[in-house]
Amino acid sequence: MTSLRRIWALAAIPVVSILLALLVGSLLISASSLATSPSLNPLLPLIAYESLLQGATGLSFIDVTGGAITFNPSIKPDQAARALTSTVAAASPLVLTGLAVGVGFKAGLFNIGGTGQVLVGGFAAALVGGTVAGQPAPVAVTMAILAGALGGAAYGFIPGFLKAFTGAHEVVSTIMLNSLAAFVIVGLVNDIFKITGPSFARSADVGNAAMPILFGRNGNLGILISLILVVLVYVLIYRTPLGFEIRTVGANPSAARYAGMSPRRLVVLTMSLCGMFAGLAGAFEILSLGYYPAVFGTSIGFSGITVALLGRAHPVGILLAAILLGAMQAGAPSMQITAKVPIEIIDVIQGLILLFLAAESVIRHALRSRTERVTPGEIGTVSRSYGDSTT
Amino acid sequence: MTESPSPPVTAPALEMRAITKRYPGVVANDAIDIDVRPGEIHALLGENGAGKSTLMNILYGLATPDSGEILLDGAEVRIGGPSDAIARGISMVHQHFMLVPVMSVADNILLGAETMANPIFLDRKEAHRRIVELGTRFGFQIDPDVPVGSLSVGWQQRVEILKALYRQARILVLDEPTAVLTPQETKEIFVVLRRLADEGHSIIFISHKLHEVLEIADRITVIRRGKVVGTRAPAETNEDDLAALMVGRNVQLVVDRGESHPAGATLVVSDLKVADDRGQESVNGVSFEVRAGEILGVAGVAGNGQEELVEALTGLRKPTGGTVSMGGRDVTGAGPRALQQQGMSFVPGDRHRFGLVLGFSLADNLVLTQYDEPPYVKGLLRDEKAIAAWAKRAIAEYDIRTPSANVNASTLSGGNQQKAIVAREFSRELTVLILDQPTRGLDVGSIEFIHRQVVAKRDEGAAILLVSAELDEVLELADRVAVMYRGEIVAVVDGPTAEREDVGLLMAAGRRAIPPVASDAVAEPGPTATGLS
Repeated sequence: MTSLRRIWALAAIPVVSILLALLVGSLLISASSLATSPSLNPLLPLIAYESLLQGATGLSFIDVTGGAITFNPSIKPDQAARALTSTVAAASPLVLTGLAVGVGFKAGLFNIGGTGQVLVGGFAAALVGGTVAGQPAPVAVTMAILAGALGGAAYGFIPGFLKAFTGAHEVVSTIMLNSLAAFVIVGLVNDIFKITGPSFARSADVGNAAMPILFGRNGNLGILISLILVVLVYVLIYRTPLGFEIRTVGANPSAARYAGMSPRRLVVLTMSLCGMFAGLAGAFEILSLGYYPAVFGTSIGFSGITVALLGRAHPVGILLAAILLGAMQAGAPSMQITAKVPIEIIDVIQGLILLFLAAESVIRHALRSRTERVTPGEIGTVSRSYGDSTT
Repeated sequence: MTESPSPPVTAPALEMRAITKRYPGVVANDAIDIDVRPGEIHALLGENGAGKSTLMNILYGLATPDSGEILLDGAEVRIGGPSDAIARGISMVHQHFMLVPVMSVADNILLGAETMANPIFLDRKEAHRRIVELGTRFGFQIDPDVPVGSLSVGWQQRVEILKALYRQARILVLDEPTAVLTPQETKEIFVVLRRLADEGHSIIFISHKLHEVLEIADRITVIRRGKVVGTRAPAETNEDDLAALMVGRNVQLVVDRGESHPAGATLVVSDLKVADDRGQESVNGVSFEVRAGEILGVAGVAGNGQEELVEALTGLRKPTGGTVSMGGRDVTGAGPRALQQQGMSFVPGDRHRFGLVLGFSLADNLVLTQYDEPPYVKGLLRDEKAIAAWAKRAIAEYDIRTPSANVNASTLSGGNQQKAIVAREFSRELTVLILDQPTRGLDVGSIEFIHRQVVAKRDEGAAILLVSAELDEVLELADRVAVMYRGEIVAVVDGPTAEREDVGLLMAAGRRAIPPVASDAVAEPGPTATGLS
């Protein structure tokens, strides 16, 4: 099998899922035009997707004047730079939460705890950042980021430890830990760590620990770190003995034990690693914001699941999937302004992507192609998560 | 015990003509002709992947042939599916029984062929009567109310056969029926099969075991690579001839092995106790030693503690008592990694569960137990070149048939998967080699190859423990044979001089004489068959 066919075998399901989601999304967009105008506008999806693309990349392909559509590819350089910066800025935390789920899949673990790990990582970064706010920026930033990584890792360690030594299923424990983190941190920010001054409860300012901006308006250091981590994770998983152990435990825990590996150790280690990635994502978000707000609602933890599934748990796939979702997020406001399509349609499309990914076997059948079933399938890990236990 | 080589000429009960079935890249059945007469036991012999299963799936309606025809009693039929096949009197007894252990014999038999008293309720009385009657007719009385799970494997198989008879099967397909039986049980089932044939049933008997086929069949059809390469009467052939037909070359069925020259005891086990998954002691105080340069065979019916014994010895299961030492060092309770570092190699019995990661490439599987040792690791990273070089060498040396080292292990045939495990485990520095069912499910060509390798390792001075449910394999290879029965070693006999019958009885009953009353009262309602004439 040539490498191109191999890539297609892996990418076919995600690509088809995205296309189907966009197709169904366009039907919904058409229908939504009934709410804002007296008649159905069949061209609205085209306009909406066009403005979405423009908002995310600065690229434009068509002109819409009156009812006529003309093909006119164009690009505005300054708008493109702004748009692309927003896209990568939105993508970088998704890369990290995607890795937090995807690396887990490799070990046969379904880490739903991204949300909690993001919060704990962010909160740890905010606390340490607030403490070292007066230090020189390189020191302060490094310490705050490390705190975020450690906080997330510790919060991933807990379900890993519980799974390895008591058999508690990571799906159940991480869901509970998500709620625990959210409520405990809200309490802490509203009470112990609340600073006086601002009109709403929040933690102390991180000062010099704020994320350094490398380019554009919001092109911060986190983007660079995320990219480096994609490469490191690729090397770890596919080129090191430890990665081989992780993949073996994921694919066949009995064979891993037979080969002298320690599934327990690997489960704890992998969950901690996953938590670290999510914790970093939280740290980057909070250090960009500058403080930990009383209400820190973020969906990046859960979007990580979509990213990991869409990227088929492969670091490169995760990078591409995160960029796609980041682009949607970055382009959505432009779509709302130009096409008057509610921004929430983006969440609907993301949900549809997930739905079609989950219907993998249906799509496979429709394609009638010998697309490769990756063993263990990420979907397999998801569904297996409700069945047996690994240890 | 063969019938005359020229059976009476009657119209065949079943005839399959020029059956051809292609799968992408392979012709599974290439114009196969086969006919089965009423009252005939017709053996189907062939290596794994020769096309036996495809042919039987076509007969059972699970696959549709690309061309060819099936005739029942001379009339062409089209078999739409298993239920259609059953309705036409064709039944299949699978290698893995399709029984519900917690349900009674009667309920299992009725499942899917319910005898109704009225549209709502089962007619259990009538069903009972018919089951008892069928059992009596074919020489195996059975209590229909006994739960199937409490029966021995041999009797479960009889329940499967009863199931087929209850559905008024005229043509019975038995897929490797003896694979799970002791020699005694095999003899008993042969009596049953012969009785069925005498009553006019036609039996297709699929097997790898040449001596059994010669013993029971009226005719033997050999398939190789999707083609019929010959049909023989047992009187005009022998094991070597059949093996050569199957494989396409002369095969040495029993490997040459010189005398063993054992040195000091390398693996010493004393009073080992091991509990199974339910916490029940399934190895109760076993003691033995394996010396360098000898093969100690462990014979026994599956489920007598061999599995737990092997798992305890290889570090997969913690023993509950006793000690194990290797080369004078106490290794009781050591994990797989520690044992491997001490020089233990292990070919596991369940190759899909333990031996391989099916989703990984062949190359990755070839380093599964050495992935973190030089030369496969350089610095922090895997050395892909060294792994590829070793894979290339292993494929050549161990004759692993594969398009490349990068294909998934799942795409290899069972024999080649096993060769890959053997290549990996035999190629490392070892002092102790533990083999659990090393040739289960393999064809004669692969078995010959693996047996040679085992003897070679012995002659290099390895202490080898061979656990196998195949008594023939144990007798062929082992220098000493330990018989396991209900978690204990009931006897250790000299391998080369061991009597098959003797060991078989030890396996079945734990002692040498036939017990007057079988210990499994439920499982042995009738008198034990004493063999064939």
